[in-house]
Amino acid sequence: MKLSALHQSYSTGRDSSSIPWLLFHFLCCLISLVLGFRFSRLLFLLLLSSSSSPSTPNHHLALTLTTTLQPPSNRTLFSSRVVVGRHGILIRPWPHPDPIEVMKAHRIIDRVQAEQRVQYGVSNPRTVIAITPTYVRTFQALHLSGVMHSLMNVGYDVVWVVVEAGGTTNETASMLAKSGLKIVHVGFDEGMPSSWEERLRVEDRMRIRALRVVRERKMDGIVMFADDSNMHSMELFDEIQKVKWIGAVSVGILAHLGNSAEELSVIQKEDDVENSPMPLLGPACNSSDQLVGWHTFNYVGQSAKDIGDMGIVLPRKLEWAGFVLNSRLFWDEIEDKPELGKDLDTFSGTGDEIESPISLLRDPSVVEPLGSCGRQVLLWWLRVEARSDSKFPSRWIIDPPLEVTVPLKRTPWPDAPLEISSHDKMESIQENIEKQAMKTRTGSTKRRSRSKRKREARAVVDTQILPRHSGEK
Amino acid sequence: MKDWRWALVGLVCFALVLKIGAVERGRGQPTERISGSAGDVLEDDPVGRLKVFVYELPSKYNKKILQKDPRCLTHMFAAEIFMHRFLLSSPVRTLNPEEADWFYTPVYTTCDLTPNGLPLPFKSPRMMRSAIQLISSNWPYWNRTEGADHFFIVPHDFGACFHYLEEKAIERGILTLLQRATLVQTFGQRNHVCLKDGSITIPPYAPPQKMEAHLIPPHIPRSIFVYFRGLFYDVGNDPEGGYYARGARAAVWENFKDNPLFDISTEHPTTYYEDMQRAIFCLCPLGWAPWSPRLVEAVIFGCIPVIIADDIVLPFADAIPWEDIGVFVDEKDVPNLDTILTSIPPEVILRKQRLLANPSMKQAMLFPQPAQSGDAFHQILNGLARKLPHDQSVYLKAGEKVLNWTAGPVGDLKPW
Repeated sequence: MKLSALHQSYSTGRDSSSIPWLLFHFLCCLISLVLGFRFSRLLFLLLLSSSSSPSTPNHHLALTLTTTLQPPSNRTLFSSRVVVGRHGILIRPWPHPDPIEVMKAHRIIDRVQAEQRVQYGVSNPRTVIAITPTYVRTFQALHLSGVMHSLMNVGYDVVWVVVEAGGTTNETASMLAKSGLKIVHVGFDEGMPSSWEERLRVEDRMRIRALRVVRERKMDGIVMFADDSNMHSMELFDEIQKVKWIGAVSVGILAHLGNSAEELSVIQKEDDVENSPMPLLGPACNSSDQLVGWHTFNYVGQSAKDIGDMGIVLPRKLEWAGFVLNSRLFWDEIEDKPELGKDLDTFSGTGDEIESPISLLRDPSVVEPLGSCGRQVLLWWLRVEARSDSKFPSRWIIDPPLEVTVPLKRTPWPDAPLEISSHDKMESIQENIEKQAMKTRTGSTKRRSRSKRKREARAVVDTQILPRHSGEK
Repeated sequence: MKDWRWALVGLVCFALVLKIGAVERGRGQPTERISGSAGDVLEDDPVGRLKVFVYELPSKYNKKILQKDPRCLTHMFAAEIFMHRFLLSSPVRTLNPEEADWFYTPVYTTCDLTPNGLPLPFKSPRMMRSAIQLISSNWPYWNRTEGADHFFIVPHDFGACFHYLEEKAIERGILTLLQRATLVQTFGQRNHVCLKDGSITIPPYAPPQKMEAHLIPPHIPRSIFVYFRGLFYDVGNDPEGGYYARGARAAVWENFKDNPLFDISTEHPTTYYEDMQRAIFCLCPLGWAPWSPRLVEAVIFGCIPVIIADDIVLPFADAIPWEDIGVFVDEKDVPNLDTILTSIPPEVILRKQRLLANPSMKQAMLFPQPAQSGDAFHQILNGLARKLPHDQSVYLKAGEKVLNWTAGPVGDLKPW
């Protein structure tokens, strides 16, 4: 594909003589710069070409910068409009994406995907009833908006049943209203305790409360448990449409990643039941894809006790989030359904604990394994929380905006380690401190007047503030 | 009388409802029947419609060449070898040449490979000439018609012009000895010297098992708008651009390299086949020759081919209505490719996808081993069967000679 013979003749010609060739070459280079392509090759091709048949290649002299083409000099025998030879590279005046075209293309993509869903997806999609226990805390906005965005992107109808510990609040309600989904906001009379064990038990009771709501309102659909700190994939919602009565999916456990490396490696050593780098909770099947058991999580060792502790937060043996139920399980009239061993109403108070929907059933073997029998991980479990006594501005809005923010040298919490790297300079609690400074203005001015520092740009809050802080807890 | 009228009205209503029902059902169907200009011929069975006689050539024309370089079995020109193997064991083969309609000469002209794997066409004219001399001297059937009822498979870049450079190929023209024979080739461009009337265009060979191994479930949503992987500038042979692909590939790059809808690049990923199945449009621009295996890959993976090659003739053009299936873009319209593609109505796009989903369409592009019904081998035989019966004028009278055996470049006349 080379004009290699030509190249050789050109180079030998150049060796033989010097100045006139150099000048000529220079002239050709200048012309090439103007025209935009290598002009000298073309010239030599025309001069030294030996064949004189009418099918000599035509050379289209076109400029790369403009879009005009000149007609070819001599034509081939055939009346073909396609000519061989060098063509220009056509570039339009503004070769960048046009936003209107991009929108049209996205509409086409949506239409094609809708058609794909009609042909290969679920034929009769059922409503997804997502049950989420929540309570107002620092990270509530973070977690809840994650679940909210997942549910907003689900292609099916969604009813979101949010049970809030400590009664319904405006904060949660305002966040839920932004989603545009059908919300059932239920208040739960207990507040959320500060130890993990207690919290998990209260959450169980909240979920039972939500199931009672589902039963009362005779909701029809698929019940799934979307804990607010979990991460759900979109394939999960496609997969749960396949459930008949009660199904189980595999949940990946992302242990609290704020730990040091040794604690994580301890997890992996203990959890040698399956050699996966990420522990899973879910159904276990034999080779004919029938449910034979469960992958559970067994960890012996230190774990976090209180919410916000810097320890590993662990799941229990089986998590609610890994199960999906057909809401018709709770309807009385349906005959052909697996028997509920216990009735929803019998769970009240702190006496009876149920850790997973399996305890509801009389016969746990009717559970259907989903997600190619548990091999697909469709959601991930993680519990990350700030300390229960951490302060945050209501609805994460600071109004009016702060004028001055100053960095803090030491953390106000006494039991946390004293060395904090400069990254963890607690910029997030600057607003805290400022807010408290605004609340107790007299106290802070006393502080500032007492310190002898005259500089106003940097005010260092020293340890004397700590006793005041603990007094406000 | 009144009863009769009511019955008629009732019948008409019933027929209308049925028709509407049929149309609606057709809308929701995943595929649609394909019928080209020759009619609904993709599923025709050639057995019984024609008889092919396979000449027994010495193995230096076929087996020995293949033994020297077994790469010939996997590159895109492998159709000539697999067609030979198919015909040897096919029911259309006859051992009695007197009753044969078509005669096949198994000569592997595209198996002289460089270390890189590209075939060199320099010895192919001599090889072909030597084979024809053999068959014309050992059997009387060549001289009877001067090759008009013979067919040859020439899957090289420019078919029987036997050169990879287009200018040189045009200069040489089709080998004089093949002027009357039917050529089965991959190259097709209207009004081009190297495509003669009555040729059968076939798709290039693409390995069927390799493609089937990379199929993904059909419910995975198609999220890429336009997909292309390949060269835009052939830096080794045409550094400035403008020569390679007549500047069309370079124009695609320059106009759309920053467009998020166009997933185009020169990197060849391991998920190439899977990505094609996630794309709505796949570009199939010309390269040094107008045809490419991308068309086959696009059809197999259900991605609408966007063909950028002026005047190209696509495989089995009389059996497959390519206008309904692919999108044809003139090379001069490449800068407006995004406007063209986004202005296609969604119903048209869905219809194209339905046509592509037709399994007989995918079968027709493949050369599976062992052969299956409806595949490319059968389409070639169908094409040959459609050309029957031979016109009486092709049979020459005794002593009449039409072909000039000494025409062509002097180098071709050397014995092989």
